[in-house]
Amino acid sequence: MNGTDWRFKIAHREALIGVGLALFNFVWWFGFAYGMGSAPVEEYTYVFGLPAWFFYSCVVGFLVIAVLVIVIVKFFFVEVPFDEEEEEKR
Amino acid sequence: MNYAVLIPMIIFLILIFFIGYWSSRKLSSSSNFIADYFLGGRELGGFVLAMTMVATYGSASSFLGGPGTAYTMGFGWVLLAMTQVVTGYFVLMILGKKFAIMARRYKAVTMIDFLKARYDSKAVVLLSALSIIIFLFSAMAAQWIGGARLIESLTGLSYNSALFLFAVSVLVYVTIGGFRAVALTDAVQGAVMLIGTLILLVAVIVAGGGIPNIVQDLINENPNLVTPYGAEGNLSAAYVSSFWILVGVGVVGLPQIAVRAMSYKNSRSMHRALIIGTLVTGIIMLNMHLIGVFARPILPGIDVGDKVIPLIALETLPAWLAGIVLAAPMAAIMSTVDSLLLIVSSSIVRDVYLNYIKPEAELKTIKRISFGVTAMLGIGVFLLALDPPDLLIFLNLFAFGGLEAAFIWPVVLGLYWKCGNKYGAIASMITGIGTYVALHFYNQEYGNLLGVHTVTFPVLLSLVAFIAFSLLVGRKAYDYAG
Repeated sequence: MNGTDWRFKIAHREALIGVGLALFNFVWWFGFAYGMGSAPVEEYTYVFGLPAWFFYSCVVGFLVIAVLVIVIVKFFFVEVPFDEEEEEKR
Repeated sequence: MNYAVLIPMIIFLILIFFIGYWSSRKLSSSSNFIADYFLGGRELGGFVLAMTMVATYGSASSFLGGPGTAYTMGFGWVLLAMTQVVTGYFVLMILGKKFAIMARRYKAVTMIDFLKARYDSKAVVLLSALSIIIFLFSAMAAQWIGGARLIESLTGLSYNSALFLFAVSVLVYVTIGGFRAVALTDAVQGAVMLIGTLILLVAVIVAGGGIPNIVQDLINENPNLVTPYGAEGNLSAAYVSSFWILVGVGVVGLPQIAVRAMSYKNSRSMHRALIIGTLVTGIIMLNMHLIGVFARPILPGIDVGDKVIPLIALETLPAWLAGIVLAAPMAAIMSTVDSLLLIVSSSIVRDVYLNYIKPEAELKTIKRISFGVTAMLGIGVFLLALDPPDLLIFLNLFAFGGLEAAFIWPVVLGLYWKCGNKYGAIASMITGIGTYVALHFYNQEYGNLLGVHTVTFPVLLSLVAFIAFSLLVGRKAYDYAG
């Protein structure tokens, strides 16, 4: 046996995608919140009545992440068997 | 007593009982009691899995405390709460397939089983069991107090009677049904939370005369309420960002969450759970905390944060609907409590008793002890919650952060880094908990070190400890295929 299970390669790739997605999520969230939110309140703009920094950071940010999760899971995640079965010690 | 509010809640509790009973019948016909009682037999589908994670995670703090703080702090706290969306996908993506595969190979039923098989060390097992028992027991007691307070404020019963009512409902179905009952009722409770928060958010916006109107009222009262910096301007970007560790990525290290990542049926249900979990967490967190902020102009001057949600529901909704909506925080508290109860009792029965006291115990004995320990723990928590000692409140304060600092690296690096070994794991756990406790006192005394939440540095330090000790002491590559 050569020590590496073929399923691990997939698992490792998907874990890295998870880290990447979290980093992207953080940058988006932080960028809009503090990029737009640090202006004085008098200069705030509003979207649907919500302060623009909040709307883009939290509402749009959440939607973007949700869409990304769906796309990533549907198109990049691979289904693998979890049980050992026949591939025991290939 | 407010019967119009009470009756929907009671119907809800009866429904929960029914599910517990139904899954206990399934349990008695099962061939593998341990895996079934503590893990639901690794056959959870995507929807149930997602909901059980959301419901376990969404505790009293996200349904009562969080919105209450948003009420005082304004939009800045909603921003902070949204860091929790990441848990919806991060835990399942990081632990993901490798954890599921390894857990099956090790035949692991709890997170400690996994650590035991990975590190092959008695010290690791006992250290983890001890931290789980101490920290989660306290966390659980705090939830019971929250649950009792909620019943108290709705029914007008005395605190003690409310606590009793709560304890009986939780105990009955956890004891008889085990994990499957907990997971299934979590699914129902998760759905209740989702729908409840949507209804309440709409009602609050209508009562406040539309969002622009509410936001204008907030600005008139205190412009800081609509900034990311909190009502007093004291929520710094660094502090809010450090919640990414506490309630975001660090959640990977929480045993009650990690155990769910070994319970899915196949990768299809895991994929589905990823999507549903992200959507549901995001919607619930956004809604609940916005409700908290929007409640401010409608009902000014509430001084106890935990009461904001019950009061605003009673104010803006017809009584019967308020009863259904308030079943949501009730659901959140109950589902957190029951999974904590199960984790603690599984630590005692599986990780300590079966591993080290009596490994060859018969099935009948194991069954009796599992029920017994779960029930005893429940009674113990009940007695503590009757008159909470200071120590309990104190332990609960760092229950989650402490567990995260202790477990995140032994779990994650144990899974992905072949050089990780038991010395690293032990050092990492001791460093994590030790520095967490020490820093907790330091921060209380002198204000947060570098302006970030207490959990930040212990998580970093325990990473350093894990790597350093793994490389320096007994370095040897681990064979994942072995």
